[in-house]
Amino acid sequence: MADVAYVRARSGPTLPPPLMRRGPVGWARANLFSSRLSSAATLAIFALCAWALPELFVWAVTRAVWSAPDGALCRAHQDGACWAFIAHKLDYFRYGSYPQGQRWRVDSVEAIGAVLIVWLLWPRAPRRGFAAVLFFIVYPIVGFVLLHGAVSLRLPLVDSQLWGGVFVSLLTALVGIVFSLPIGVLLALGRRSRLPVVKAASVVFIECVRGVPFIAVLFMAENMLPLFLPLGWMLDRFLPPLVGTVLFAAAYLAEEVRGGLQALPRGQYEGAQALGLGYWRMTGLVILPQALALVIPGIVNNFIGLFKDTTLVASVGMVDFLAAIDNSFKDPAWSGPTLLTTGYAFAALFYFVFCYGMSRYSAAIERRLAPGKRQ
Amino acid sequence: MTDARAQRASIASDPRWRAFLYQTALAAALIGLVALAWSNAVANMQARGVPMGFGFWNDTAGFDINQTLIPFSALSTYGRAFWVGLLNTLLVAVISIALATPLGFAVGLARLSPNWLLSRLALVYVELTRNTPLLLQIVFWYNAVLKTLPQPRQSLSVAGVVFLNNRGLYLPRPVFGDGAWIIGVALAFALALVVALAVAGRRRRVETGRPSSDVWSALALVVGAPIVAFFAAGRPIGVEFAQLVGFNLRGGAEIHPEFAALTLGLVIYTAGFIAEIVRAGVNAVPAGQSEAAAALGLHRRLALRLVVTPQALRLITPPLTSQYLNIIKNSSLAVFVGYPDLVLVFAGTVLNQTHAAMQVMAVTMGVYLAISLIVSFALNLFDARNALKER
Repeated sequence: MADVAYVRARSGPTLPPPLMRRGPVGWARANLFSSRLSSAATLAIFALCAWALPELFVWAVTRAVWSAPDGALCRAHQDGACWAFIAHKLDYFRYGSYPQGQRWRVDSVEAIGAVLIVWLLWPRAPRRGFAAVLFFIVYPIVGFVLLHGAVSLRLPLVDSQLWGGVFVSLLTALVGIVFSLPIGVLLALGRRSRLPVVKAASVVFIECVRGVPFIAVLFMAENMLPLFLPLGWMLDRFLPPLVGTVLFAAAYLAEEVRGGLQALPRGQYEGAQALGLGYWRMTGLVILPQALALVIPGIVNNFIGLFKDTTLVASVGMVDFLAAIDNSFKDPAWSGPTLLTTGYAFAALFYFVFCYGMSRYSAAIERRLAPGKRQ
Repeated sequence: MTDARAQRASIASDPRWRAFLYQTALAAALIGLVALAWSNAVANMQARGVPMGFGFWNDTAGFDINQTLIPFSALSTYGRAFWVGLLNTLLVAVISIALATPLGFAVGLARLSPNWLLSRLALVYVELTRNTPLLLQIVFWYNAVLKTLPQPRQSLSVAGVVFLNNRGLYLPRPVFGDGAWIIGVALAFALALVVALAVAGRRRRVETGRPSSDVWSALALVVGAPIVAFFAAGRPIGVEFAQLVGFNLRGGAEIHPEFAALTLGLVIYTAGFIAEIVRAGVNAVPAGQSEAAAALGLHRRLALRLVVTPQALRLITPPLTSQYLNIIKNSSLAVFVGYPDLVLVFAGTVLNQTHAAMQVMAVTMGVYLAISLIVSFALNLFDARNALKER
C-alpha cells in the first residue's frame, strides 16, 4: 500500500451530458454548425436564400404578367416575368412556321418517338429488340414521310424552310442518335480491329472529329458538302447540318462504345471463338449485346450533350428552340426588357427538365450495372 | 486428296489472306470516295470561280475587326485576319481556363463539405449549369444582362475609376513610362530569390527533417521588391482612367461585352463539370488513406495536402484535360455573340469573302487539331510525372 503515490479519495466534478446527437438539433449541430467556419457559411447561405428566394417568387409569380394581348402590360411591369409572352408564342416555340393545319403530323412524330424511346429504355419492357428495330429502321422512314409529306398519301409537302422550334431541336438530336449509333459502333469495332488499315481509318476519323468544335463541323458540312457532290446537285437546306450532327455524334459515341468493348473480359471473346463463331457472329451475338448494355448510361449522357449541342445548329440557319425564342424577341408588338429574361428562363427550364430527367435515368441504370449489384 | 482439300480450305479461310482482302477493299473504297469527292470539288470550284490555292492569303481583307491583340485594319491581309482570330481564340480560352479551374475546384470541394447547406448549394450550381446549354448561358449573359446595362452616359461607376455600361467594362490602364523595366527586373530577381530559397529550404528539410516553408517572407519579397523599385525609379508607371467623350467612354482598358459574355458563359458552365470531376476524384481516394495518415499523426490539413490531394490529382488531371480542350473548342460559340475568334473571323468572314471553303476549313480544322494535340501532350507529360511509380 505504501507504494501507491496517489489514490483519489473524492469523485471529480460531474461532466455535462454529451451533446445531443439525434433529432433535428443534433443534425443541425453536425451538419450546419460543426465549426466556426461552417456556422459562418450556414448563416451566409441562409441570408442569401432569405433574400433571393422571395425575390425570385415575386418575380416569377406575384408580380408576373400571366395574360395580356400584347407587350404593353409587360412593359409596365418591369419587375415581373412576362409569362403572357410565352403563352402567346408557345405554338411558334413548338412548331416554328410549320403550317397550322398540319401540326398534328409533328405531334404524332413526337408521340411515336416518345413511346418508342420509353419502350427501348425501360429495363423491364418486353421485346426491346423489336423496339430497337422499330426505332432505328421504321421510325426514321415514317417520321420523314410524316414531316416532309408525301403526295401519294395525301400529306401536303411542307418545305423544311418552315420547320422550327422544339421539334427541330428534338429532330436534330434524334437523327443524331439514330444514325450515329450504328456508325459509332462500326467505328469502335474498327478502332479495336487488328487490321491496320481499318484501325487507322477509324482512329483518324474519330480523333479528327473529336478535336474540332461542333460549330466547325457544321460550317464544314454547310460549305463543303455541296462541293463534294457532282455539279448541279442541290441539297435540302436541312441536310448538311444533320450530316454534320451525325458525324460529330458518331465520333463521340464510338469512344463510348469502345469503353464498353474494353470493359468486357477477354474470356467472352475467347469463349465465343472456342464455340467456333466467326468475327461477325462473335461480335453480333456475344460481344455487342453485353458491351452496349454496359454503355447505356454513357450513350444517354452523350445524348444529353448532343441535345444541348443542337442549339448550335442555329449558326447554319436552322431555327431550333433557342433560335425560335431569339426570333420572337424581334416581334415589335412584344418588345420589352422583361421578355429577354422570361424567354431565357423558359428555355432554361425546358432544357433543364429534359437533361436532368435523362441524367437521372442514366444514373439509375449506372447503379443497376454497378459491380456487385448486377441483376 | 486430304492435302489438297486442306490447301483449298486454307486459301478461303486463312485469316491473313482475308485480312489483306478486307483491307484492300476498304482502302480502295476510301480512296475512290476521296477521289470522287475531290474531282467533284474541283469541278464545283472551277464552275463557281473559286480560287484553288492559298493565293488569297496575302490579299487585302477589306473588313475591320473591333477587338484585336495585334494591329489590324481594313488594309490588312486575310493572313493577318487569321492570326487575329487565332490569338482571340487563345486569349478567351486561356482566361476561361484560368478562371474556371479555381471556381470548379471551389464548387467541387463545397460539394464535399460537411456543411449540408453548402453542399446543397454547390449541387444546385452543378445541376443548373450542367443541364442547360452553354449557348443559352452565353446569350443570356450577353442579351439579358450585359446588353441591358445603362448607356455610356449613365454608366455604373465605382468611385469614377471603374465604369460599366452596355458598351463594356472600363478599367484603369497602367501607362508604362521610362524606367518601368526596373520594376520588371526587380520582380524577376525577387522570384528567382524565392525559388532559390525554396529549393534550399527543401534540401534542408530532407537533410534535417526541420520544416521550412516561409510563405509570408516569400510573399513580402515578391510584393515588396517591385514596390521599392517603383519608388526608387521615380514612379515610372502612371494610370489612365476612362473618360466620357461625346457618347462614349474613351481611354482605359476596355473589356467588350462580347468577350465578357463568352468568358462568363464558358467559366460558369465548365466550372460545373470541373466540380464534378474534383468531387469524383477526391471521393475515389479510399477512406483508408486519410485514416492511415491520421494514424501516423498527421494533422488533418497536412493529411489532405500530402496524402489525399496528390492521389486525387492523379485521377482528376485526365478528365480535367478534356474539359480544357472543351473550353478551347467551345470558345467557337463566339460566333453567336460576335466575338471575333478564329471561327467567326476566318471560317466565317474570310470564307464568305473568298469562297475558298476547302482551304479555309482545312486550316481551321488543322489549327484546332494542333491545339488539341499540344494540350493533350503537355498534360500527358504532367500525368507521367505524377503517375504512380511502380516497379
